[in-house]
Amino acid sequence: MIHRPKRISIFCGHYGSGKTNIAVNYALHLKNNCELQIANCELPHVAIIDLDIVNPYFRTLDSRKELEAAGVELICSDYAGSNLDIPALPAAMQRPIADRSTFCVLDIGGDDQGAVALGRFADQIKAENDYEMLFVASFFRPLTRTPEDALEVLRDIENACHLPFTGIVNNSNIGDETTVEDILASGEKARRLSELSGLPLVMTTVREDLATDPALKNETVFPLRLQEKPI
Amino acid sequence: MSEKVLMKGNEAIAEAAILAGCRHYFGYPITPQTEIAAYMAKKMPKIGGCFLQAESEIAAINMVYGVAGAGKRVMTSSSSPGISLKSEGLSYLAGSDLPALVVNVQRGGPGLGGIQPSQSDYFQATKGGGHGDYKMIVLAPSSVQEMASLTVKGFDLADKYRMTAMILADGTTGQMMEPVNLSEVEVQHYDKPWAVTGTKMQREHNIINSLFLEPEELEKYNFARFERYKEVEENEVMVEEYLMDDAEICVVAFGIAARVSKNAINEARKKGIKVGLIRPITLWPFPKKTLLAAADKVKQFISVELNMGQMVEDIELATKCKKPVTLCNRTGGMIPSPQQVLAAIEEADKGGQA
Repeated sequence: MIHRPKRISIFCGHYGSGKTNIAVNYALHLKNNCELQIANCELPHVAIIDLDIVNPYFRTLDSRKELEAAGVELICSDYAGSNLDIPALPAAMQRPIADRSTFCVLDIGGDDQGAVALGRFADQIKAENDYEMLFVASFFRPLTRTPEDALEVLRDIENACHLPFTGIVNNSNIGDETTVEDILASGEKARRLSELSGLPLVMTTVREDLATDPALKNETVFPLRLQEKPI
Repeated sequence: MSEKVLMKGNEAIAEAAILAGCRHYFGYPITPQTEIAAYMAKKMPKIGGCFLQAESEIAAINMVYGVAGAGKRVMTSSSSPGISLKSEGLSYLAGSDLPALVVNVQRGGPGLGGIQPSQSDYFQATKGGGHGDYKMIVLAPSSVQEMASLTVKGFDLADKYRMTAMILADGTTGQMMEPVNLSEVEVQHYDKPWAVTGTKMQREHNIINSLFLEPEELEKYNFARFERYKEVEENEVMVEEYLMDDAEICVVAFGIAARVSKNAINEARKKGIKVGLIRPITLWPFPKKTLLAAADKVKQFISVELNMGQMVEDIELATKCKKPVTLCNRTGGMIPSPQQVLAAIEEADKGGQA
């Protein structure tokens, strides 16, 4: 475990930065590392909540089987992956967010537009004050190539959801073609974003097969198993 | 860091359009292509361009008409139902010989259909869509890199032949993310002496119009336009052939269907089946010569499509029905699996027509 888990972990960022993949992996990680749960919680219950109202295709739902097999509760729109183009959120997501015995991982839709959906829970989450909200940065995405551009997206998201970020996740990647050198180079930008924003760089998410590379020994690496691609 | 960026297909179209010199985008949001508009909304104000969300698709395509008439590179994008709305404007663009780029990231139809991927606007794109005798150059990308390169190509061809070029993509190629290299984009420039840019009192007025009072005159323009279309058919066909040298079965597929088909073909080859792929990259002009030549070598064609069988008719025409053409398809937002295509290949290999 990289750091003590908060009860609510929120992943936000530019669309296509890799939020859903990270959220799925993080939820499985919480579930599978029971000894690291908060002490007074005997039966850790982990729920992943898909608050994405932006993305029509690639969703948390694509990992349903894996999540169910691990015993992670999946809550997403009834219309995710369907033909209905309605940004609806299910009522069922109220319960785990309110229930303090459940660890929640929130997968938020891209950009400030996607973060609007999170706003309605902002007061509740702030009142409990046991959350972390992580900005997922990928410096290989065309509109967040520089730390300055990423900071702009970060601030837009905070404005839209009324919650301040608590940390940064560096998920810079170019899909299958990502090399260790790419990750190391992006680390510089992630640290610059950390300086600019005043937020700690919490972890660097790395594709499973690259995660153990010795060149990354100075990074706080969180290995990622990638969601299966439909094509 | 790597020169490449990780892009959604829709973003690649938008960025490539900007690289190609497009500074005017007019559109109206519709899933699954909205990222094109969102990207333009973010980028255009920073580079002195114009992003405008029109009040409707019909307004957007007529704004395209205006900017095209002024000789500037201009585009709009939509998805299936939105393209139906724009079709009147497409006919007017053709009737006025105006170059423009129109993107259709197809979704399921007919009607409102659904937001999942589809190729069911093949007829609409290649046979007209709007009224009157006209053609559009139709480009069918099958990767995110091609979303970018064909967008640039589309602008170039549109200017060269004073035609509308359409990117006929599908929801999956619009939404999926792949590494893209945009550093090698080459853009052509064409003079536009016909554009309405002000006479400065130094020349006659240029007139852009699709109304002709005399039928003889309209006929003359139509004949001339089809002479130009003939040139396009001669010079601009783009097609990929994959493992066709010794192929006995020929899969024909474009866009996302071609990707699925390649996987199936690789599997079939492992089983010793001699199968290849012809992938039309231009759907109009259609690669008739390549298909006709293949018809003398293969025993069967299989058309893989995300519709009820539209390109299958063009294959039959191009091959003059010399060999049977069967259909392997899904529709309504569904994508054929590599297993389904493999099964069709195996059936053809056994001598049945699947």
